[in-house]
Amino acid sequence: MLGSIYALVALGYTMVYGILGLINFAHGEVVMVGALVAITAIGVLGPATGLPGPLLLLVALGVSVLACMLLGALLERVAYRPLREAPRLTALITAIGMSIVIQNLAMLAWGRQYLSFPALLPNEPMILLGATVTGTQLIIVALTALAMVVLMGLVNRTRLGRAMRATAQSPALASLMGVNVDRIVVVTFLVGSALAALAGVMVAGYYGQAHYHMGFMLGLKAFTAAVLGGIGNIPGAMVGGLALGVIESLGAGYIGALTGGFLGSHYQDVFAFAVLVLVLVFRPSGLLGERVADRA
Amino acid sequence: MRDPRRLRLVGLALGLLALLLAPFLVDALLGRAWVRVLDLVLLYAMLALGLNIVVGYAGLLDLGFVAFFAVGAYLYALCASPHFGLHLPFWLLLPAAALLAAGVGVLLGAPTLRLRGDYLAIVTLGFGEIIRIFLNNLNAPVNLTNGPQGITMIRPIEIAGVSMARPVELAGLTVPSLHLYYYLFLGFAALALVVSSRLEDSRIGRAWIAIREDEVAARACGVNTRDLKLLAFALGASFGGVAGALYASFQGFVSPESFGLTESVMILCMVVLGGMGHVRGVVLGAALLVALPEALRYTGPLQRALLGSVYIEPSDLRLLLFGLALVLVARWRPAGLWPSPVRRRELAERHAPGGPESAQ
Repeated sequence: MLGSIYALVALGYTMVYGILGLINFAHGEVVMVGALVAITAIGVLGPATGLPGPLLLLVALGVSVLACMLLGALLERVAYRPLREAPRLTALITAIGMSIVIQNLAMLAWGRQYLSFPALLPNEPMILLGATVTGTQLIIVALTALAMVVLMGLVNRTRLGRAMRATAQSPALASLMGVNVDRIVVVTFLVGSALAALAGVMVAGYYGQAHYHMGFMLGLKAFTAAVLGGIGNIPGAMVGGLALGVIESLGAGYIGALTGGFLGSHYQDVFAFAVLVLVLVFRPSGLLGERVADRA
Repeated sequence: MRDPRRLRLVGLALGLLALLLAPFLVDALLGRAWVRVLDLVLLYAMLALGLNIVVGYAGLLDLGFVAFFAVGAYLYALCASPHFGLHLPFWLLLPAAALLAAGVGVLLGAPTLRLRGDYLAIVTLGFGEIIRIFLNNLNAPVNLTNGPQGITMIRPIEIAGVSMARPVELAGLTVPSLHLYYYLFLGFAALALVVSSRLEDSRIGRAWIAIREDEVAARACGVNTRDLKLLAFALGASFGGVAGALYASFQGFVSPESFGLTESVMILCMVVLGGMGHVRGVVLGAALLVALPEALRYTGPLQRALLGSVYIEPSDLRLLLFGLALVLVARWRPAGLWPSPVRRRELAERHAPGGPESAQ
């Protein structure tokens, strides 16, 4: 469950990284904005239109996807494009700066408190193949799978996707072949942000709440997932996300028993980090990555 | 030939005198609270100088620098408070804090430093958060850190039998505790400053700058990039550890709350804003950013006067401004507000062909 959300967010990191070679620190914050916009949209549209739950959710999702795409494009245009030729350190500093700016603007706009996400979907647990699942969980998994199939199709089957892959390999050569690199970069940010919005709505629905600080840890974990799968590699991000979700849940569940009660499940957040360090030590190119991470 | 040198000496002496008198002047003019601010400026200057070695010289982005600060602070807090009943002497704990922080730095840097700088950024970012989770949760089943409550009653520093927590009578002059800490911190900040600027001109410093500018070229010239990056990381961390130990004794209290991402970002901001790789610029950055929240406090009454009520809490603005500062400086003044002469020359050359900034 969490795994599929990580996978969606990881896709955003991996796509931007694949094309620009830049870690977009602000990506986690885009997820957060997506969740908060959806909550506001539900709060405003729900009473105004009286739509039934699932339809309302769909509309809110649409609003949030649009808002995030706008934010992503803005981010690229304002913060990253002017620095594309700048030293790598400058771009990294800008990225972390933007992440802080977005987070604090969100805090000013939505406040410090946790906002609750209304339950719009049937949430009775049901038994499926021996496992207990809820409707929300099923929808999360189904939507993630759908999003990934669409994305794979986009990247591998369309002209746009071919241009994206060309740009990832060599922006200079791609532009010689008539690819508008600036446009491709914007499109990448748009697609990544749309997925982030989807993930944001899902994570808010999953936990039933959202707040301005949620993007940080989520972003960190999704990045770990991207590295685990092999950064810059789209199927890798999916595999990495799912694997990380499983590792984290199992780890948090069993750590108490493994350490004789010394460490408890509140160390859940530590797992992602441990995975990140271990992957970087033993297999920096990730599970599915073939490219060497040590590109100077 | 002799005149300018004498002029410099006079200037130096005057500057030193001003630094020595500063706490008394500030106390008389602005009040005791600002002496505290002065103390913190020096402490953060020390931290920023440490981070400057990592970010400014070696060009490695460390987003969890506060972790080393926390390591030093907790080491001091655990070994000089009633929590474990330990009261080890200050002169033993200080090098211990430096060593421990450097050790943690090596542990963290070793796996990531052979990869690209981006990974270091994210690993340090994660580590900064993780260390807080550990500090928060290591109170059960064995109470190591006392959890979110933190550790209280940390013993103040004692030098030659004189405790820094009480005013000292000296030749008929009463020197309050805050002033004593000022002089102690001044000493350490000065040490950090001297070490930093001597390093910059050394073989090691030049190798770091070579790595920052072009790692492949540096390696081709026979620079052992991995070891040197690790050294920068460990050295920067040890500055943080020492500053942490001083902070713990100064506050008399530590809790996980004081070591959040905000602090890391603030220290990074000092380095970037002041001028990466420029010692004086970094100190200026520290002074600006420590004083900023104090100054922001006045915006509360200002908002009330102009708009009728307080719309934005001044404390909420702090982090937003830090973030904005990072973005704007990176975009418009990549060398910082007070760039080092070398860096400025390099940037001018880089922009020279056809650029509006062309200096020649």
